Amino acid sequence: MRWTCAARRTDPVLKVENLSVSFVTRMGTNKAVDDISFTVETGRITAVIGESGSGKSVACYSLLGLIPQPPGRIDGGRALFHGQDLLQMTAAELRRIRGRDIAMVFQDPMTCLNPYMTIGQQLVEPLLYHKKVSRAQARDRALELLDEVGIRDPASTIDNYPHQFSGGMRQRVMIAMALINEPELLIADEPTTALDVTIQAQILKLLATLQAKRNIGILFISHDLAVVADIADQIVVMQQGRIVETGNRDAIFRHASHPYTQKLLQAIPRGGKPVALPTSLPLVTVRNLCTSFQSGNTVVKAVDDVSFEVLRGEVLGLVGESGSGKSTIGRSLLRLVHASSGQIDFDGIDVTALQRRELKNLRRRMQFIFQDPFASLNPRMTVYDTLAEPLLLHGIETRSTVGAHVLRLMDDVGLARTFVRKYPHEFSGGQRQRIAIGRALATRPDFVVADEPVSALDVTIQAQILELMRELGREYGLTMLFISHDLSVVRQLADRIVVLYKGKIVEQAATEDLFQRPQQAYTQQLLRSIPGSTLLAADPSGTDTTLS
Amino acid sequence: MWRFIGFRVLQSIPVLLVVITVTFFLVRIAPGGPFSSEKAVIPEVKAALEAQYRLNLPMFEQYTAYLGDLAQGDLGPSFKYPGRSVNELIAAGFPVTAELGLYALLVAISIGAVAGVIASLRPNTAQDYIPMSVAMIGICVPSLLMGPILILVFGIYLEWLPVSGWGDMPGDKILPAITLGSTYAAYIARLSRAGMLEVMSQDYIRTARAKGLPEWRVVVGHALRGGLIPVVAFLGPAFAGLLSGSFVVETIFQIPGLGRFYVQAAFNRDYTMILGATVFLATLIVVFNLLSDILAAWMNPRLRSQYGER
Amino acid sequence: MSAPQITDIAQAEQGTSLWRDAWLRLRRNRLAVCGLAVLAFFILVALLTPWIAPYGYAQQQLAVGATPPSAAHWLGTDIFGRDLLTQIMYGGRVSLAVGFIATAVALLIGVTWGAVAGYAGGKVDAVMMRLVDILYALPFMIFIVLLMVVFGRNMLLLFLAIGAVEWLTMARIMRSQVQSLRQQEFVEAAISLGLSPATIIRRHLVPNALGPIIVYTTLTIPSVMLLEAFLSFLGLGVQPPQTSWGLLISYGAESMEEYPWLLIFPGLALTLTLFSLNFLGDGLRDALDVRGAKD
Repeated sequence: MRWTCAARRTDPVLKVENLSVSFVTRMGTNKAVDDISFTVETGRITAVIGESGSGKSVACYSLLGLIPQPPGRIDGGRALFHGQDLLQMTAAELRRIRGRDIAMVFQDPMTCLNPYMTIGQQLVEPLLYHKKVSRAQARDRALELLDEVGIRDPASTIDNYPHQFSGGMRQRVMIAMALINEPELLIADEPTTALDVTIQAQILKLLATLQAKRNIGILFISHDLAVVADIADQIVVMQQGRIVETGNRDAIFRHASHPYTQKLLQAIPRGGKPVALPTSLPLVTVRNLCTSFQSGNTVVKAVDDVSFEVLRGEVLGLVGESGSGKSTIGRSLLRLVHASSGQIDFDGIDVTALQRRELKNLRRRMQFIFQDPFASLNPRMTVYDTLAEPLLLHGIETRSTVGAHVLRLMDDVGLARTFVRKYPHEFSGGQRQRIAIGRALATRPDFVVADEPVSALDVTIQAQILELMRELGREYGLTMLFISHDLSVVRQLADRIVVLYKGKIVEQAATEDLFQRPQQAYTQQLLRSIPGSTLLAADPSGTDTTLS
Repeated sequence: MWRFIGFRVLQSIPVLLVVITVTFFLVRIAPGGPFSSEKAVIPEVKAALEAQYRLNLPMFEQYTAYLGDLAQGDLGPSFKYPGRSVNELIAAGFPVTAELGLYALLVAISIGAVAGVIASLRPNTAQDYIPMSVAMIGICVPSLLMGPILILVFGIYLEWLPVSGWGDMPGDKILPAITLGSTYAAYIARLSRAGMLEVMSQDYIRTARAKGLPEWRVVVGHALRGGLIPVVAFLGPAFAGLLSGSFVVETIFQIPGLGRFYVQAAFNRDYTMILGATVFLATLIVVFNLLSDILAAWMNPRLRSQYGER
Repeated sequence: MSAPQITDIAQAEQGTSLWRDAWLRLRRNRLAVCGLAVLAFFILVALLTPWIAPYGYAQQQLAVGATPPSAAHWLGTDIFGRDLLTQIMYGGRVSLAVGFIATAVALLIGVTWGAVAGYAGGKVDAVMMRLVDILYALPFMIFIVLLMVVFGRNMLLLFLAIGAVEWLTMARIMRSQVQSLRQQEFVEAAISLGLSPATIIRRHLVPNALGPIIVYTTLTIPSVMLLEAFLSFLGLGVQPPQTSWGLLISYGAESMEEYPWLLIFPGLALTLTLFSLNFLGDGLRDALDVRGAKD
């Protein structure tokens, strides 16, 4: 599944040499990009990989003068585009190149299109501004391109506003807009990160097709090595403003020499949970669960007649794309949302029928781990207060004894004891998620619902948190419902997997069975959409992954 | 969109009814009858007068009769100016107030929006600080102080402009309009600055820049529409403020407008006039609130399509 | 929560709470600090006025008449020979009292109303907020004038009337705060721990909603003071023998041609207070990182 053509003559469309960028603030100077060099060749894709704060976006934005100066400052280096140094150009010269010779596609298609203008108005803008064409000609060209990027019935949708399109469709519009002047270089900044996995696969394929057809160079920025595994020719790995390794795709994936690159590669979730538990009795039984929401005048069925069991001691993976109802199911189990109908049985207790006091006792035994560690901790409470709250509430400790217990919890989740008086905003995302896990495990629950617990984290941190959850799950003897949009993450933890689509269960099976022998078309499509699956399957260091 | 308009219009009807009802009964239960201040009147004359003003009827019938008159646009006779109806008094005063309000609104929007947008383009520089400091002065020096100071400086010391009247001397409309408009110019400047700053930090502005558009086209073509929606939504409340502000400004500059009539009616306890003018002003304010809401909603395509059109 | 008797915790690094963070940021904002200082000074003077005023409040010297500022009368005297500084000090007591008390009334009604509506949600919320919407559309300025006309110029009524107008925005802000906080995951986490609604409101909602409320309260005081000045200027607010800055400005405006200091000094007092409150409010908004609160 490699879409680029490797046999073309190559010459650099962009050559960056010794670029350095820093941000000057009152607090001091911060070197965001430190002496980096790379090239993008005609008809090839160069991927710049790095986690948040690695400087990858700053580097690419500074090429086109798109970082605000001040506080940004370009300290030195050259960026040769057809022999002309972009960094030496005046603002007006750069403007003539932007949108005409070099175009950009951004991360979040929801916010990158102007909500007050129709997509047609926005599409023709670069054409009208850079080329001498009439409005009618520009519109015709826009219609052609919309068709080419796969927008159905462009003639009737061109005058719609962005909010009338789905995320994937908006990203297609963004791509059409970038290509409308037939640029020679496309800078794509995480163009698929905000999208569902099946949509991501479609957009990646579209980009590769359009690129091959036009023979343009692409600079592809991503945090995820797996995403670029299928399409990149050249890979540049950045860490803390520096390039730690550059190489062609095969070299990076097979013989990565730098420890950071190796760490990134190891962080790509692959392989399954080592040992499967013997089957046992169900701890949680869900029967015919339905949950609907009132949205304006219409009733939306978020969960539609779902039945499944979570067996004692197992990790059940709940997989689905946005809108599949997976989070709603998780919240229904803890009565955070009210089920419209159906039964939820927890260890012989009917959860849907509980009164307040019984519910409190139940919640001691069932806990929730949330997706966003930035939102799931009260910003005005210290770690101590956050962890002590459940212990005191359920009478597990008294005020005089709770301190030692809090510190033990911090040890368990791998947080230094000296942080106990600190507030959430003083921690990184990974550390915050550790606090949240500590809070959930404080009452020693039997059952934990983890709702996308790692999807807001950088990939290397993701691997650490998954490892922590695996360990603690064993240590605490937990039963877990693990909710995620990402099959490869679920595979690492789950014993069995339930696949959801639009509120209904599509398929449920033991993890490896599901990966080896998916029965339903939707499951097969999901598996195909896992980024980098082809390359990683062939990777000798990988596990026994074989995908058709 | 039509559904939205219809919904908002329907919503205004109970508001108006509440205004009319509350005002009516407030005025009726006010201590002191309309004629109690005057000397003893012959009982027959008093009865005749009470009949004329329908005071002989039970309260509720007075109320329904008043509603009936209102429906025909009749606000009734004045207590203090016998022989003149409230309609006539309002017709005499309102054109002046409307003109004053219009000029003030023009001052407020033109100065305010321009200053706010200019300030937002280079935040935290002199280009931002200077207009925003002036705006702060506009907010902290209320019209009741601004008016006398302007009169003192431009009317009395410099003798550039007349200090009172309306349409009697050339230039006598300038100071009142500035006095009334300055506070709202300041609010609009702050609103438009905040709105523009918010919009200019959006991702789609970066997209527009990445297309190579020159900065003025980014600002005018992409940012203004979203950035000025808060200003449009503020026009309704601003209009209400201008109307009540005209009470002070018309008093300071001795302008024969509705505001001054209203204050005088308040002192004279001319109850029918107060009642009529309150109902009239309230209706105007409700209508303007409605208009500015509809305009702001119409400027937002998401809202526009949310209410029908599909 | 009480400090645990564990040595490890005693040695722990002290974290910086958001409140402390905000305070540090506010202290760097020179205008806000100046505003706070001026305001504190004015409040102190207002509290101590009966003891520190240079002359008696009702003390007239008709023979002296209106005099410009002098050593005996720092800010001059009015046409009755009354000391203007004394008048301004006593007027300030009234103006500030109206500002603070009416705002407190608004705060009490608005916060309670908004919090209940936001937390209850559903139909209760819809009914409560529809009422606020309807009240919003009423021309309140005109109503206050009407009230003052109908019931006479009564101080208590003035507090209540102004408070009754200003609580609407407070209720809206509180409601939107509570609503957005309720959807935050940390509140869901608190629910799933089994905390009671009262504890959730006290420990998780209120501390996080406080920032916008503080900012908006600071910005409500000046608008309340303006309302008072407006009414007093028209002769519909504070009545003699009591006085306020609005009333003093109104008298000053009548005789400003001959005695401009009678306009300028009360005007300066009012303006300085409004500046201080607005600078402080803006500073607090930046320090507490409150967005969209009345700009």
